[in-house]
Amino acid sequence: MEWYNLDTWIVVVGMLAAIACALLGNFLVLRKMSMMGDAISHAVLPGLAIAFLITEARSSLTMFIGAAIVGVLTAVFTQWLSRFGKVDEGASMGIVFTTLFALGLLLIVQAADHVDLDASCVLYGAIELTPLDVAWQPSLFGSVLQVPRAALVLAAVCVVNLLFIVCFFKELRISSFDAELATTMGISANLMHYLLMTLVAVTTVAAFEAVGSIIVIAMLIVPAATAHLLTDRLSVMVLLSVVIAALTAVLGHLAALVLPGWLGFDPTTVETTSTSGMMAVMAGVLFAAVLFFSPSHGIVIKHFRKLDKSSVLEAEQM
Amino acid sequence: MVDFSDIIDVLLLRNYNTRLVVICTILLGCACGLMGSFLLLRKRSLMGDTLSHATLPGVCLAFIIGVLLGGQGKSLPLLMLGATITGVLGCGTVLFIRNRSRIKDDAAMGIVLSVFFGAGVALLTIASKMPAGAAAGLESFIYGKTASMVLSDFWLLTVVTISVLITSVLFFKEFRLLCFDEAYAAAQGWPVKRLDILLLALVTAVTVAGLQAVGLILIIAFLITPAAAARFWTDQLGKMLLLSAIIGGLSGWFGASVSALVPDMPAGALIVLVAAGCFLFSMLFGVERGVIIRSYRQWSLKRSVGRQHLLRGLYEILEADKSGSAEIRIHGVPFRQIRGRRTWSDAQLRRCLKLAYKEGLIQLIERKDEIFLTDYGLSLAALATRNHRLWEMYLIEYADVATSRVDRDADAVEHVLGESMVAILESKLQRYGPIESNLVPVSPHPIRPGD
Repeated sequence: MEWYNLDTWIVVVGMLAAIACALLGNFLVLRKMSMMGDAISHAVLPGLAIAFLITEARSSLTMFIGAAIVGVLTAVFTQWLSRFGKVDEGASMGIVFTTLFALGLLLIVQAADHVDLDASCVLYGAIELTPLDVAWQPSLFGSVLQVPRAALVLAAVCVVNLLFIVCFFKELRISSFDAELATTMGISANLMHYLLMTLVAVTTVAAFEAVGSIIVIAMLIVPAATAHLLTDRLSVMVLLSVVIAALTAVLGHLAALVLPGWLGFDPTTVETTSTSGMMAVMAGVLFAAVLFFSPSHGIVIKHFRKLDKSSVLEAEQM
Repeated sequence: MVDFSDIIDVLLLRNYNTRLVVICTILLGCACGLMGSFLLLRKRSLMGDTLSHATLPGVCLAFIIGVLLGGQGKSLPLLMLGATITGVLGCGTVLFIRNRSRIKDDAAMGIVLSVFFGAGVALLTIASKMPAGAAAGLESFIYGKTASMVLSDFWLLTVVTISVLITSVLFFKEFRLLCFDEAYAAAQGWPVKRLDILLLALVTAVTVAGLQAVGLILIIAFLITPAAAARFWTDQLGKMLLLSAIIGGLSGWFGASVSALVPDMPAGALIVLVAAGCFLFSMLFGVERGVIIRSYRQWSLKRSVGRQHLLRGLYEILEADKSGSAEIRIHGVPFRQIRGRRTWSDAQLRRCLKLAYKEGLIQLIERKDEIFLTDYGLSLAALATRNHRLWEMYLIEYADVATSRVDRDADAVEHVLGESMVAILESKLQRYGPIESNLVPVSPHPIRPGD
């Protein structure tokens, strides 16, 4: 395994994407809307297609705007179906995103004659290629840094998400745990919901364009869920989820580099595997470890506590 | 343009080329509709999403193992076996996380989806770099190939659909209990966990069989949309299952037929859109829970509540004015007096009055702004007041509600008292004093005088 400058940038980009998602993920997990990232990353297809058909060019800004708008619409439609139609939230999410995806597919096929838009290429951006698109070259201590465009975009998204959470921490906390209490306290739970959903849509689109949808879906859920098993305090949970997300990026890229060798593949043919895939896997490994061994909510400790309690009960009965 | 006879041929399955595809999608639609109903009622609609993503690592692993063992790698049974194994593993993991930790269903499904799919992507990258393997098109296993289904797909889907059908009939009672009251089922001694696993195994079978035939998105939609649409039409599980299977089958039939007729229309996407159309129609017009019927019900309940409030208000004013005499005599009640009895706005009260006038319950004297009950109105007013007071007495006797609060509490329920409920109240309250069938009992609390 050799480590190049390129690898550092891949890890940095992965980290930024993971942190941006994990920050918002805390609130999605608490609001039982974890699948929103999955839904949005599928549903934005018509937004991409329409933006593309209007401008007839693969300009990333218009496509970004188109996708973000449809992303927000996904959240709005889901809310409508579950509120006015009294459909279960998960089901309404599923209906909305499959329908939008089908619509997008139809649009793309119709347009395929005069344009080339590869759905899978747009949906599954490659994190390995991000360092090649250099946007900024500042010199630092005499050496020139090659900052990729994706790193800049994702850093901006991170900052926005962080600001949002810091500024609205109290409102987010109350409306996530008890929407009715929030309403009686004069906080509009609805407004918080839509603000959060807008940020989720923007983050999802920005991140999957750069690094692929699998990182987005995984990082919106897994670090937050892992942190949820470690603490009962929301502020600690947010901090932990960020640390876990960063750790996941490092571990994921390392694993992508060494895994094929471990599995016995010839390093000249199968050199590395997908970093985004391995990031998701490493997040899963961390989650599994915490699921069993968390000092407060782990399965092992709960098992021992139960044993303890029953022996105490037995002793008392004796 | 498409010929009319072509349309008929395709729709009636006479066209040989399209017959197979259309039949396969109908079968799959029925099977998914059945399974989707159970998933919907168990609030696990997105399980199909999780499952279909969780099959990717199995497919890739099966391929890699196949190649390493010297085979071609791309044999369908091998790939499907792999898909089934990781699919079942994924389901099991969701159940494990949900049952053994504080993580909720949705997050558990999301974790399994992303981690398994990530592993799949990593394995796919390895597989595509393997020298011997022609891994190209491996991912098409989970993205489907609707237009190019073959006879073996048909047999596979037939077997799966029939076994799903038989199992749901055999285990109808058990599944129903599981869907509506899991805790009760467990308390009754049913093997809840094993039933849950059986249900998910069926869903896995449908998903894996359908995935390579029609693709990921269509399976997800098929498992959710028809069931959600059927839910608007009925409250009975049996009917819902039937309807959901029919809607699934119809969407498959119609979508696949149109796709066969019109060029550049992918079947999967069309079927999803047809199903979504069915859903939208059902959501608006469904006779049990549709948006229109529910808002109508709400509107008419509001109307009858308003009428009862008005009648009782008028009755109580007349009752207070009768001063000792046995009979209640009808006289005009000024608008301001009835307005002061409740917290209703002028406009609300005017609307109530207008409706009551149309129904012949009251007479309006415009000049003096006074309201007269008609004889018919008085009899209904006596009935409304009687029900209200019976309910108040019941609350005081049985529910220990304080006399000063009982008016409000009674208000919340009395409008939904049916005739049988009134009869029960009468018999319950008999012991505490005679209640004549047509007499209005005395109010158990002092009535706030109108202004």
